[in-house]
Amino acid sequence: MVVHGAAAAAAPAKKGLWAWVNKRLPVSEFISEQLTGYYAPKNFNIWYFFGSLALVVLVLQLVTGIFLTMFYKPGELTSFDSVEFIMREVNYGWLIRYLHSTGASAFFIVVYLHMFRALLYGSYKAPRELLWLFGMAVYLALMAEAFMGYVLPWGNMSFWGAQVIVNLFGTIPALGPPLVEWIRGDYGIADATVNRFFALHVAAIPLALLLLVALHLVALRRTGSNNPDGIEIKEKLGADGKPLDGIPFHPYYTVKDVVGVGVFFVLFALIVFFVPTFGGLFLEAPNFEPANPLSTPEHIAPVWYFTPYYAILRAVPDQRLGALFMLLAVMSFLFLPWLDRSPVKSMRYRGWMSRTALALFTVSFVALGYLGLQPAEGLYVALARVFAVIYFLFFLLMPLYSSLDPVKPVPGRVTFHAH
Amino acid sequence: MTDHAALVTDEVDQSRRKFLTRATVATGALGAVFAAVPFIESWEPSERARAQGAPVMLDLSKLEPGQMATPVWRRQPIYVVRRTPDMVARVAGHDGDLKDPNSEHSNQPPYAKNPLRSRSAEYLVLIGICTHLGCLPKQRFEKGEIYPSWPGGFFCPCHGSRFDLAGRVFEGSPASINLNIPAYSYPNPTTLVIGQDEKGAA
Repeated sequence: MVVHGAAAAAAPAKKGLWAWVNKRLPVSEFISEQLTGYYAPKNFNIWYFFGSLALVVLVLQLVTGIFLTMFYKPGELTSFDSVEFIMREVNYGWLIRYLHSTGASAFFIVVYLHMFRALLYGSYKAPRELLWLFGMAVYLALMAEAFMGYVLPWGNMSFWGAQVIVNLFGTIPALGPPLVEWIRGDYGIADATVNRFFALHVAAIPLALLLLVALHLVALRRTGSNNPDGIEIKEKLGADGKPLDGIPFHPYYTVKDVVGVGVFFVLFALIVFFVPTFGGLFLEAPNFEPANPLSTPEHIAPVWYFTPYYAILRAVPDQRLGALFMLLAVMSFLFLPWLDRSPVKSMRYRGWMSRTALALFTVSFVALGYLGLQPAEGLYVALARVFAVIYFLFFLLMPLYSSLDPVKPVPGRVTFHAH
Repeated sequence: MTDHAALVTDEVDQSRRKFLTRATVATGALGAVFAAVPFIESWEPSERARAQGAPVMLDLSKLEPGQMATPVWRRQPIYVVRRTPDMVARVAGHDGDLKDPNSEHSNQPPYAKNPLRSRSAEYLVLIGICTHLGCLPKQRFEKGEIYPSWPGGFFCPCHGSRFDLAGRVFEGSPASINLNIPAYSYPNPTTLVIGQDEKGAA
């Protein structure tokens, strides 16, 4: 047999099925480029678990979701009954459904911690702007996915949550009312609405999510991961051309991530088996009653992961402005790479200004999340206004305080202590 | 043969190629827009939903003064209140506390654009959906029911919007406009038709 070409000469030895496959599909190239030859910074800490955990939860949601579609029947007469059927009569239906509903909250916990990591270590800063934007697109798609998923059980909170959220589009001048009718497909939240939300929830948005996650990962492979020191490891290469502060993703980080996944599933299982509704935070009590278009629950609150924005919506005493500020609150994150003028990425080397700003922002986000769960009255609204102002000042004043901030010198190499 | 050879040339007419590329892309894009129309239109209310949205009738003879009936029209509860003379009197006197006392920025047929927001003083007809974000305002018709100066009206439990006995929104509410009023008419003195007036069905 004659071997042609340099590439073939470089790796000619293997024979058999593996060689046969690799001649037709670049499996070994993929493994060596993306896993064993992909160098990640060696100083990752606990904050770096949440990216891989988000991927694990995505798979969990896809698998449990596919099984739920086998028993769920969308429709205003069938949705609620089929969910009760799953809970009471399908073998292990309760488990599959609780895995899926708890998975939704877990997804947001993991994603919020993943985003906080980016704020902490400046992971959105150049050259990772697109990586950040794809991540934000994943977050937005996830919000749409979670909202529509919450409507599907057709409980009373599903119905009224859908009513409130869909009506937000009605605040758009002129275009609003016909747009709302178009989204609902009827003169109210109806059979047509739950059917199209089902289609979007199980097909359209998951496809978009997978594509966006893929783009997020491709962009990550291009720039490489940031790290707690905010140092570009590609700038310090060893004699072999590999980053001095990098280690191969596989086996080092695959093994580390597997430990994270193990810990995650212990906590996850505790919630699924012992507190699946999480005291009304993950599944709200009014949603165990069927949808009733003629009875609004006494107190409408979204699921916890939307409450910071909901608190902002209610804090503004004007319908249109409230919706606008809510939208701005979500979208503000998109502008971070350009608002942040600090010469330093990581909080480790930033001064008191950036640190104070991030601390105040984090407190505001959590406080707004709490206030969004409370009734819209008196002190709650007043506090929501205060925290909403801090929330927006974090973004608005960022160009100022991030450039004035007294930063510390950044070392040339990452700080790392071998265990 | 020579003619054929002349046609096969390495020279490319770039401007011609550019024009053809652009024309093809533009035609394709236009086609994509047209192809999107059926899919977008499919989300509009179906013929069945439209048929079920036909006008509904209410027999007013069964409604006592001070009572409210809530027939459903187009999946929306319609609040029909038979106002007593006292309730009519309590609509006046607080225009200064209202966001839109003359219903300039609110949605109602022309015959309901008056201080009582109705065709006749006795019957108030409203769409019972809060103009803030769509919850159902609750009836708080009694004087002083919410606070001492409360003149009677509606209160939305979701976000705290308040409306008077003509469905006009009070200052300090998150709702920005008065409660919407549907097209309606009285074919005879004891029958109310919701969704239809002299101009035809809504």
